[in-house]
Amino acid sequence: MLKALLPSNYLPILVFFFIALAFGVVTIVAGYLVRPKNTYDQKLTPYESGILPETDARQRFPLRYYLIAMLFVLFDIEMVFLYPWAVSFNQLGLFALVEMILFLTILFVGYFYAWKKGALEWD
Amino acid sequence: MDLIIQIVVIVVHIAVVLGVVLTHVAYLTYAERKILSDMQDRLGPMEVGPHGLLQPLADGLKLFFKEDIIPAGANKIIFSAAPILVLVPALIGFAVVPFGRDSFFIGSIEFTPYITDINIGLLYVLAFSSIGAYGILLGGWASNSKYALLGGLRSAAQVISYELPLGLALVGPVLLSGSLSMKTMTEAQGGGFWHWYVITQPVAFVIYMICAIAETNRLPFDMPEAESELVAGFFTEYSGMRFSFFFLAEYANMILVSCVAVVAFLGGWQAPLAALDFIPPIFWFLAKVYFLLFFYIWLRATVPRLRFDQLMAFGWKIMLPLALVNVLLTSIVKYFLN
Repeated sequence: MLKALLPSNYLPILVFFFIALAFGVVTIVAGYLVRPKNTYDQKLTPYESGILPETDARQRFPLRYYLIAMLFVLFDIEMVFLYPWAVSFNQLGLFALVEMILFLTILFVGYFYAWKKGALEWD
Repeated sequence: MDLIIQIVVIVVHIAVVLGVVLTHVAYLTYAERKILSDMQDRLGPMEVGPHGLLQPLADGLKLFFKEDIIPAGANKIIFSAAPILVLVPALIGFAVVPFGRDSFFIGSIEFTPYITDINIGLLYVLAFSSIGAYGILLGGWASNSKYALLGGLRSAAQVISYELPLGLALVGPVLLSGSLSMKTMTEAQGGGFWHWYVITQPVAFVIYMICAIAETNRLPFDMPEAESELVAGFFTEYSGMRFSFFFLAEYANMILVSCVAVVAFLGGWQAPLAALDFIPPIFWFLAKVYFLLFFYIWLRATVPRLRFDQLMAFGWKIMLPLALVNVLLTSIVKYFLN
């Protein structure tokens, strides 16, 4: 029944996933049973070089991280696009080459636009 | 019945690979300490066992019995889940790595030198290695500590920035071999070291190695940890077993990226010369992986840490366009050579 649901090559990956998960969970749970549990307030304060933290740690953080994530999504999609192209390059011939040169040219224009706009600057 | 046998065989494969990988992780920490201390003209761990050989076991036991602290104000569920979210992808990436050439048989049951061979092997490794970034980000955020939050954010930004050139560098070998299966890719590099893709794709290899170091947060790109400014980065608040999971995952990832580098660029289990074929393929595979791991440790002893803005500028302004141009040139050359 399982075979019908899943190509047999992928069954080991599913099994491996559960074994790795079990390894993690079992180790933590086993550790929980044997390790000392002796906590008090001072021990539980977040590390701050011995000073009591005054505010919540989760404050606003620079927008640049968000910008990097946006750029990443754009370029990552394009990267994933290149994989099937690379695999079938031999069968597709000149058509694939010209298409990809056009695609990458447009991408480069966008890349330099982002660069000139300062999206890649960090300060 | 058939399915039960199949699953038993799979579990045996996984147990062997997991055992070998975890042993390597343990002794990689030992090797790192020993090599570093040798380069700095000191002895390194010497107390536990002869030449400190049992040190990794002692460290593991110590971490297992250490108190596990969840800081006040931390998000308990995310804080607990993050180390597992980092560890699992680092381990299951090994499912598609072909360690050797020949299967052996017990009766009619085949034992292959890899757990499975899927036709999108390389994509699978890349996909799961990016999931690890979530664990780092969530762990840093859930800790309720400034250092951990900053470390997590930096790490996420760094990992996604270097993921692009890393993926693009691997397009080169995919173009040349016409396959994403790691087994087919290894087989395509047979017949001597001049067939290895490191010879035809030297730029891609250098880009891959640099990005792999950044992906695994190793020196000189260990900005997320940067102990001189962020204490311990995203795992500042972690202790005991959960801390060791981040540690385990980092070293398992180091081994995994080395394995991928060996398969994609250094010919996998292929011997450098046909005359050396009598030495078992697994030996060549391990020798190449060990060399790359030594190279990692060597770098750590040699190169100082970069500044974060330098790191991001290097990734986006040099590595990314270089990797794109490499893909473009490779495809043009390949088309005209056909």
